[in-house]
Amino acid sequence: MSGLGRVSVPQRSYGGPRPGAFKTRQRSVLTRFKSKESKLRHMDWLLIAAVLALCAIGVLLVWSATDPTLAQRGANTRTYLDKQAIFVVLGLIMMGLLSVVDHRHLRTYAPIVYGVALLGLLAVLTPLGATVNGAAGWIDLPGGFQIEPSEYAKIALILMTAMLFSELRGARDQSQGRSGPTLRDVGIVIACGLPLIGLVVIEPALGISMVLVVVLAGMILLSGIKMRWVVTLLVVAAVGVFGALSLHLVKGYQLTRFSSFLHPSNDAAGAGYNGIQAKIAIGSGGMFGQGLFHGQSVSGSYVPAQSTDFIFTVAGQELGFVGAVVIVGLLGVVVVRALRIATRADDLFGMLVATGIAIWFLFQSFVNIGMTIGIMPITGLPLPFISYGGSAIFADLIAVGLLLSIHHKHQVFE
Amino acid sequence: MMTASRRRLLVLYVVVFTLLITLGGRLWYIQVMNGTSYVKLASQNQTRKIIVPAVRGQILDDVGNALVTNRTELVVSVDMMTLSQTSDGGTSVLKRLAPMLGLSYQLLAEKTRLCTATVKQPCWAGSPYQPIPVDQSVSEQTALQIMEEQSQFPGVTAQPQGVVTYPTPSGANPAQVLGYLLPATTEQLKQDHLPSGVGYSSADLVGQSGLEEQYNQALTGKTGSSTVSVNAAGDVTGTVGGTAAQSGDDLVTSLNSKIQVVAQNALNSAVKKARESGNDANQGAAVVMTTNGQVVAMASYPDYNPNVWTNGISQKEFDALFGQADGAPAINWTTQGQYAPGSTWKVTSTAAAVSDGYPLDGSYDCPASVTIGGHTYKNDGEPNQGAMSFSEALIQSCDTVYYNLGYEMWQSDDQKANVVTSAKAPVQKMQKEALAWGFGKATGIDLPAEATGTVPTREWLYYYWKDNAYAGQDWCKNGRADGSYVQQIEYQDCKSGNVWEPGQAAIAAIGQGYDLATPLQLTNAYVALANGGTLYQPRIGAALISPDGKVVQKITPPVAGHLPTSASFLAYVRNALAGVVTQGTAAGAFSGFPLNKVCVAGKTGTAQVMGKVATSVFASFAPCQDPKYVVVVMIPDAGYGADVSAPAARQIYDGIYGLEGQKAAVPGGQVPSALPSIASTGKITAPKGYSG
Repeated sequence: MSGLGRVSVPQRSYGGPRPGAFKTRQRSVLTRFKSKESKLRHMDWLLIAAVLALCAIGVLLVWSATDPTLAQRGANTRTYLDKQAIFVVLGLIMMGLLSVVDHRHLRTYAPIVYGVALLGLLAVLTPLGATVNGAAGWIDLPGGFQIEPSEYAKIALILMTAMLFSELRGARDQSQGRSGPTLRDVGIVIACGLPLIGLVVIEPALGISMVLVVVLAGMILLSGIKMRWVVTLLVVAAVGVFGALSLHLVKGYQLTRFSSFLHPSNDAAGAGYNGIQAKIAIGSGGMFGQGLFHGQSVSGSYVPAQSTDFIFTVAGQELGFVGAVVIVGLLGVVVVRALRIATRADDLFGMLVATGIAIWFLFQSFVNIGMTIGIMPITGLPLPFISYGGSAIFADLIAVGLLLSIHHKHQVFE
Repeated sequence: MMTASRRRLLVLYVVVFTLLITLGGRLWYIQVMNGTSYVKLASQNQTRKIIVPAVRGQILDDVGNALVTNRTELVVSVDMMTLSQTSDGGTSVLKRLAPMLGLSYQLLAEKTRLCTATVKQPCWAGSPYQPIPVDQSVSEQTALQIMEEQSQFPGVTAQPQGVVTYPTPSGANPAQVLGYLLPATTEQLKQDHLPSGVGYSSADLVGQSGLEEQYNQALTGKTGSSTVSVNAAGDVTGTVGGTAAQSGDDLVTSLNSKIQVVAQNALNSAVKKARESGNDANQGAAVVMTTNGQVVAMASYPDYNPNVWTNGISQKEFDALFGQADGAPAINWTTQGQYAPGSTWKVTSTAAAVSDGYPLDGSYDCPASVTIGGHTYKNDGEPNQGAMSFSEALIQSCDTVYYNLGYEMWQSDDQKANVVTSAKAPVQKMQKEALAWGFGKATGIDLPAEATGTVPTREWLYYYWKDNAYAGQDWCKNGRADGSYVQQIEYQDCKSGNVWEPGQAAIAAIGQGYDLATPLQLTNAYVALANGGTLYQPRIGAALISPDGKVVQKITPPVAGHLPTSASFLAYVRNALAGVVTQGTAAGAFSGFPLNKVCVAGKTGTAQVMGKVATSVFASFAPCQDPKYVVVVMIPDAGYGADVSAPAARQIYDGIYGLEGQKAAVPGGQVPSALPSIASTGKITAPKGYSG
């Protein structure tokens, strides 16, 4: 149904489009000069505004979270502020560039993205990889920078899965005229997704591998797979989880985190500590918070990783319920806009990419915020757009760029 | 197209809104509904209660010389909780630390592991949550190096702390009497007077033996607490409040350092002398007590350097301290050694006979041997000495007089009770007297783990038989009627070990056989003899003095009872014992001693122990007429009392009174009657007329 060719080649016998047929789309008053800017006009400005707001809040929170510790050490208190600001600016540039690219080019590049991500994940297991907090998830770069390939694995998985589904179905649509992926298609998709997930599990980055699994499962669901297969997959997944637990594939500290999530007071000084401290920090923020840079728990560094995984505690304590709800709301806007873009996407690839990204942001935000308020187990996941970290910010903004690209194309040919 | 997908996208919208509402609701619950309680928790978070250890009290001698005191040292401690969180469990930190402390990594690792049922010293007996002191005295340079390179030494601290030291005034080293300090064990932490829970620090040592254990509570003082504000890394950012620690009281003892040194030297040379004459003597005890129950000197051989405890003790050192092969230097043999008292026991046997109606002025045969129950008992190879008085029997230490007395009293005793197999059988006449003199039970001295000695009552005999007939030594299994000598005895013991036999009664009358006494019990009995019949619970502690100099508690030996004998009988015995030194068994040992200056009275004892050389005993008091001191020396495996222990006692009297070229340990041979005074500044002043 879509295709530049069909629209742009009017047939003489048909008479061609009437003059001014495209005028309504140009909003009539726009001049030719302005029509060159139509790409900007057709951006999803609400999505962009929400993302910019989240990034700005994130930069401020990272600053507030790292300021006391850096001041104690006598270091430059703006070290992380500056870095995070640079990350955001670079990320926004990437986002902007991607937003004007035809997303179907991306479809072509999906296998390359997938391959690079695989290589990156393999590299962290080699001596190139650096270990941070017990997980070998980073590659050291000159200049003190680090790359976390598992963040990009999310993009690779989404692109690859969407590409596979649309290619496999596209091939069949023509020959068999059937709709919906076959079980074989799903098998191929899972087979391509597993190496990524497996390598992230090995790192080990349990949080991100959970995101990958959920995103993959969500995309399979949304691909139009038959409901009874959905049920079958759920059963297989349940058996898999049970098997992983009984075969001790989950590492001890991961189990401890999960069990301390269920009974945090049992282990108040150990794994339960993080959860309790996070709740105390957020709870003590009250309605309006203790004010940016004035959080008690923040200055005493009670909550661990408060500039990265636990940054929401800084928001909760310093900005209060109002600030926390604003962040949740902004994240909600991003996810809903992503779903809207998915709904309006004009091909399966775009729809699946947008859906995958929506599920990614939704799940990761919910788990991250949920773990700080005691409704989800503690896993190492950053809060999208807000947590400190170059790779995470880049990945998030690249994903937004993909959304804009899908949205843009849809807008142009609406 | 993609209707299924679009339907599912709609479901996803629902999921999104559900999750957003969940987050918002939970945030409302935590921040708005419960915000105030979390605010409270957050501010509690910011403070920590730290236990401030109290300065431990000193132990002083009778003129105020410190026997145990504290010195501030830079102590290096390792917090294994922090170390265990490093990537290699602290191995690399310990490996960096060991050479700085001049230790091998192996020893350092052993010092920081936790003691368990299978892991023995060296190990950490305290709580895993408290920092483990690994070096009690490092140079300031080392301390600075450790504190400045905290990234290299996470969990390692170097801080000034009070460290126990033993000044050994004049060379006095009553190590076993003082006892030692070790970090509180888990059981001890549960006791109410110790602060419980986290924060009980490495400085909190608990007395584990001797006076340190006995007076631990007073010496410990009251730990204070300090509430400080801290950040999550544990860095203290300020003090909020708290209570000051209250230093422990000082314990003034009745021990006199100079007399202690005299007793130590006398004991050492006596053991050396015994060993030189080919005997195996490897332990011994010398006790000096005033006749009102205060211990002036208490020497146990072998002694040891108590500093061995301060820096964490190695397995080798620990074995050496408690190993029997080395004479177990950590054991206080004066209260824990149980030896046959030999002829010093004849004093109680005489008292028993007189109580039983034997005339004090009667005469008693002293033949070369007597035959009792088919067995012939000799008077140590002496010829028949004819009839003699009790006085003469004590002076000459005639065994056959007492064999006969023991046998005759056995005959006139309740014979039916001898064969009753029961713990409730009445005590024999002779043994009843020994019990009344304080034998067979702890004296109640202010030292832990005192041995009771043995008086072979029918009750004791019953339990002895019960414990060994079919268990313990398993007489009935090992005994043979036609086997070796030992097997024959075991056979007999199995058959009739519970029966009080005439031979046993005869041997018990001369302080052998089953009779066992600790050196302290013997001393205490002779104190009662010397002071006219008052039996005390001996005391080493004389007073507890608070850090501001007030006498918190004056300690006087409580009266435990009175001897069931008349004052005239005791005077008779004291006279006889004076004769022992002038013309009896100890005359040789005291030949040339200026008895005209200080009259010494005493009784020798040479207790035959099967398979060993005799235990050498001398129990004495001086001056004869108004006794002030009782001196007892007991050395097992050493030979005749007159040859080994009596000369040691003579040496002690020389030292106390300044005789035979010695300098008097105390002016006029008098220990101070007043306590030393302690100023609130900590300055200690000796009682008037005495110097520290």
